[in-house]
Amino acid sequence: MREIHISEITRKVKQLFLKASYHIPSDVLAALESGKCKDKSPIGVAVLGQLCDNNYLAADESIPICQDTGVAILFIEYGQEVCTVGGTFHDAVNEGVRQAYSDGYLRKTVIYDPLFDRRNTRDNTPAIIHTKIVPGTQVKIDAIPRGFGGENMSQVKILVPADGLEGVKKFILRAVDEAGPNACPPVVVGVGIGGDLELACEYAKRATFRGCNSHNSNPEYANLEKELLAEINKLGIGAAGLGGTTTALAVNIEYYPTHIASIPVAVNICCHAARHASSII
Amino acid sequence: MEFLNICLPIQDEKIRSLRAGDAVLLSGVIYTGRDAAHQRLYECAQNKMPFPVNLKDQIIYYVGPAPAKPGYAVGSAGPTSSYRMDKYTPMLLDMGLKGIIGKGVRNDAVKEAIVRNKAVYFAAVGGSGALISKSIKKSIVICYDDLGTEAIHEFTIKDFPAFVAIDCKGNDLYAMAKQVYRKI
Repeated sequence: MREIHISEITRKVKQLFLKASYHIPSDVLAALESGKCKDKSPIGVAVLGQLCDNNYLAADESIPICQDTGVAILFIEYGQEVCTVGGTFHDAVNEGVRQAYSDGYLRKTVIYDPLFDRRNTRDNTPAIIHTKIVPGTQVKIDAIPRGFGGENMSQVKILVPADGLEGVKKFILRAVDEAGPNACPPVVVGVGIGGDLELACEYAKRATFRGCNSHNSNPEYANLEKELLAEINKLGIGAAGLGGTTTALAVNIEYYPTHIASIPVAVNICCHAARHASSII
Repeated sequence: MEFLNICLPIQDEKIRSLRAGDAVLLSGVIYTGRDAAHQRLYECAQNKMPFPVNLKDQIIYYVGPAPAKPGYAVGSAGPTSSYRMDKYTPMLLDMGLKGIIGKGVRNDAVKEAIVRNKAVYFAAVGGSGALISKSIKKSIVICYDDLGTEAIHEFTIKDFPAFVAIDCKGNDLYAMAKQVYRKI
């Protein structure tokens, strides 16, 4: 058994949220720069230029890329031979979030209750924590500060076998089209197919931080990703929704076995910043 | 890209000259407000109470800024999605509000109110809050302090970059530009 003290978890979580809020991932920045060179719309080119300038400025001055520093979402892979000492794992994670949002001048965006008590919790906790137990003696942390411009535009639907591949494509395209300018395009489109209702959603979210240059290892899904990206970029929405040929930077699909009666499909739409930072303890 | 310089408060004549798609740099004073502040203003109006801020001929910016670092006037401060304010906007325009800065499409009721009141809707670039914060020189809270980031702030801005998204004739840049580049 390997022991990890909670202070190490707190320190790492804080560090990751600060990094993700100030520094856009390099693959995302490269995709924005490439869009700037290729977009057919003069306004689109100007907007993509503004986005790139914004990202360099945020990194230089250690200020948030976007004022919506979002809800703190974490995907944890917890090695089964790790023992957390000094307190509880979840408390340690939330303390890291609290310190990042307070010390790093990030906006506190979380409220106590969606309906009956919409007061701000004032420290951006609680975080949303997904934990998976894996073999080994390490803890992998993916930290995602997620704004809700895109999250509000995300969709899930349980299709049936008769809908088939065409039905899935149509649903994904329609979701991006309906999101339009609100999700801060050019977007990263995460798609989860299969499993059940919540697994499709979880896979869709995971897919948004897989990177802009990666493809699914299954060639059929990899081809579907390429086909959908090309189709989405014909929608005309463009950067900031002001028209153009750069509506999405990537379409990433993850899939899982499912029931004979079903094709669950979730589309998680993430803004052009696709903020994410990852580390292993 | 050519930018038109606009001083605020914006004059009717200037509004009439603007067309959807124009790139502008705004300078002067604007007021912030998003979901919670709009809800309160709406309740004020419903109860026939005076507003805690005079919005006549003014511009509202849909933003919830991040906290300012020491030595900064304001934290990151880009636009939030405008559609969430659609419910409240026609009322505010009918009461004398002249313009809005936000992002994203508006519903028909808002477009009609913009035309009816000879107002203008500007789009700022979502997700460029760090860059936009450089054009905000001063920020003070005017009312609803308890709402934190959602309080109504007065921003003094200089060369704030935006595009005319809906002009006073009802031309909508979002709809027009999408059709130009749509190949599906």
